[in-house]
Amino acid sequence: MLSRTADNLFWLARYVERAEYLARIIEASTRLANLPSAYAGTSNEWESAVATAGCAHLFYQAHEKATRETVIDFLAFSPDNPSSIRSCFEIARTNARSVRTALTVEMWDAINAAWLELSKYRASGLNQDEHLANFLSFVKETGLRFDGSAYRTMLRSDGYWFSRLGVMIERADNTARILDVKYHVLLPGAEQVGGSLDYFQWSAILRAVSALTAYHWVYKESLKPWLVADLLILNDQMPRSLAACYESIVRNLDSLSLAYGRQGPAQRAARATRTRLENARIDDIFQSGLHEFVSDFITENNRLGAAITQQYLT
Amino acid sequence: MAGAAPIFDEMNLADGAVRPAYETLARWLKTIPTDLLATRSREAEALFRRIGITFAVYGDAASTERLIPFDVIPRVLTNDEWVRLSKGLTQRTRAINAFLGDVYSKREILRAGLVPEDLVYRNPAFRPEMNQQPVPHGIYVMIAGIDIVRVDADTFYVLEDNARTPSGVSYMLENREVMIRLFPELFSQHRVAPVENYTDDLLATMKSVAPRSASSDPTCVLLTPGLFNSAYYEHTFLADKLGVELVEGRDLFVKADVVYMRTTEGPKRVDVIYRRLDDDFLDPLVFRPDSALGVPGIMSAYHAGNVTLANAVGTGVADDKAVYSYMPEIVKFYLGEEPILKNVPTWRCREADELKYVLDNLPELVVKEVHGSGGYGMLIGPKATAAEIELFRHKLAKDPSNFIAQPTLALSTCPTLVEEGVAPRHVDLRPFVLTGRDKVRIVPGGLTRVALKEGSLVVNSSQGGGTKDTWVLDS
Repeated sequence: MLSRTADNLFWLARYVERAEYLARIIEASTRLANLPSAYAGTSNEWESAVATAGCAHLFYQAHEKATRETVIDFLAFSPDNPSSIRSCFEIARTNARSVRTALTVEMWDAINAAWLELSKYRASGLNQDEHLANFLSFVKETGLRFDGSAYRTMLRSDGYWFSRLGVMIERADNTARILDVKYHVLLPGAEQVGGSLDYFQWSAILRAVSALTAYHWVYKESLKPWLVADLLILNDQMPRSLAACYESIVRNLDSLSLAYGRQGPAQRAARATRTRLENARIDDIFQSGLHEFVSDFITENNRLGAAITQQYLT
Repeated sequence: MAGAAPIFDEMNLADGAVRPAYETLARWLKTIPTDLLATRSREAEALFRRIGITFAVYGDAASTERLIPFDVIPRVLTNDEWVRLSKGLTQRTRAINAFLGDVYSKREILRAGLVPEDLVYRNPAFRPEMNQQPVPHGIYVMIAGIDIVRVDADTFYVLEDNARTPSGVSYMLENREVMIRLFPELFSQHRVAPVENYTDDLLATMKSVAPRSASSDPTCVLLTPGLFNSAYYEHTFLADKLGVELVEGRDLFVKADVVYMRTTEGPKRVDVIYRRLDDDFLDPLVFRPDSALGVPGIMSAYHAGNVTLANAVGTGVADDKAVYSYMPEIVKFYLGEEPILKNVPTWRCREADELKYVLDNLPELVVKEVHGSGGYGMLIGPKATAAEIELFRHKLAKDPSNFIAQPTLALSTCPTLVEEGVAPRHVDLRPFVLTGRDKVRIVPGGLTRVALKEGSLVVNSSQGGGTKDTWVLDS
């Protein structure tokens, strides 16, 4: 397929995934911010939302203080933020228009309908909780609908694999980012014994990656920070874990190399990362530094994205 | 000229009776409440918006994407009418291809003095780069969209030969799909000739004109100027139905006179390019050097015979409005046949006595720029203000050869859903004629465009025209 088409599919999937993640971040932050400080601690949840979305630099150029209003506006609607939900949907639709032939009708419909629907929502309306909740569920549903359409309707050929690679690279980045910002609440601290202040932070992390229910099914325990980290990093049953993302990345890259009859740096890099995730144990990760592990991962993941671009998309 | 010729109503006879082809449809129109029609019409619009059929209007910054209005009442042609039309269309495109082959090689028609030389040589659409350059299989116009208007029961005029990059075929195809979805009952009551095979015909046509150096399974692509082109939707639609890559200039490159596209598996050779990009932008090395939309070196690959461009470069010299007036002679000269389809009577303002007639009768005439398109830059005498007429008088005096004039035609009307209910509105027809190495293919019907404003004769989508599904009924 055309390199440009593959590139568009890859980024289209990434932007839709990113929009959904942003919606979850806003949702989790709203919950935390609404808790009495005796439960959630005194940290500013909106600051950490901006950091988790990876746009702190741009945000503080536009706003002095991270508040509910400024952060929601910036993450959801701001045209100045190239990764706001609005920007994500707009770029996604532009990408979709330029690869219409590579999309199924259902995928196009999902993205085009979202773009049309988006104009109904205004930043000011979102001060009301009900509107915000509607907006966030609309964004999440768009992600589900697009992803589901791709899964159910796309030919299993290179276009599909590039689209999946986009989803997984973005998803791995998002999961890693929330760990990167919140790692300190997962570290064993002095007040760990007996009802931690951080309990609601842990559940917020899990919520942000839609893993709260999964946690209980997997561990059958109350929330423990190292198990939260284990679930999000190493548990390959958990669809947003780094391990699961890399399982899928390796599989999709293998499908490409099989179909094209050759492999390259992208395949080797992906396999190396997967192997590291497979062999890691959560105790060791904590031992040698959760923060270092996560920031190394983010760098590697970015590098893999660049390798895929180099090998296929230009 | 007959100024007060009665307007031909395609459904109703003067005495209020209904023409046979419309009988079932007229009965249906009587039984269906107007508000239900309006509801269906809104559903159609929602469908079109959903699938993303929009077109960009140049110079309309506020809404760069708009829907072409769709009228839910179909237009009906009988099989007999269609048979005659399609014979005429085939004849006309054969003549156009012969004419192009001639003006770029032996120029017999110029030597015979039938078409003035300067009309060809000084025509901005004439491409000296094509001089004495063979094109694959000698076919220049593989895809033509010939605009037809009807003025009475027997007379169809050719209004325009679009031999460059005619658009609109996606509307023909989507209109039918939407009609079948909205009004299944109509399709069980009528035997409507299908149009859905158009894209298969187009692909067969493209493959048939592949260069001789191509493999037995030639690679075809559709070249688009990109997202911002007004017909971009159509490009994606066609590429999708054809199952070929939709490429932009930057996806292609030329190496050793062969065209390749950049793919995820490395370079892949391209044999046939259905290009929806104007000549001017094709190759910055040969035409406009500032074109970022084209492919440097593509003309050299073309001349080397390693790629087929559909349509060929330089076809615009055949659909120019000044050359148009010579089409009857062109048909006779190359084919030795009488033209089956008539031309609209045309005054060539380049000729002094005809110019005089035009200037004397401006309020009754339609004056068009020879190189204009899309309904821009024309004067419709009977609808124009005195000031507009004076403006054209001035333009004509200054540069007469830039204009032709035609009588204001009484275009036929079809029943159309408008705000006040169902009323007659003027229509034209654009059938799409495909010319391959093996044969000419035309799917029955074409795109009917309708002027939605009462009394308006301008059907162009850029100026508020709409479209209709066009039915050719099995007799």
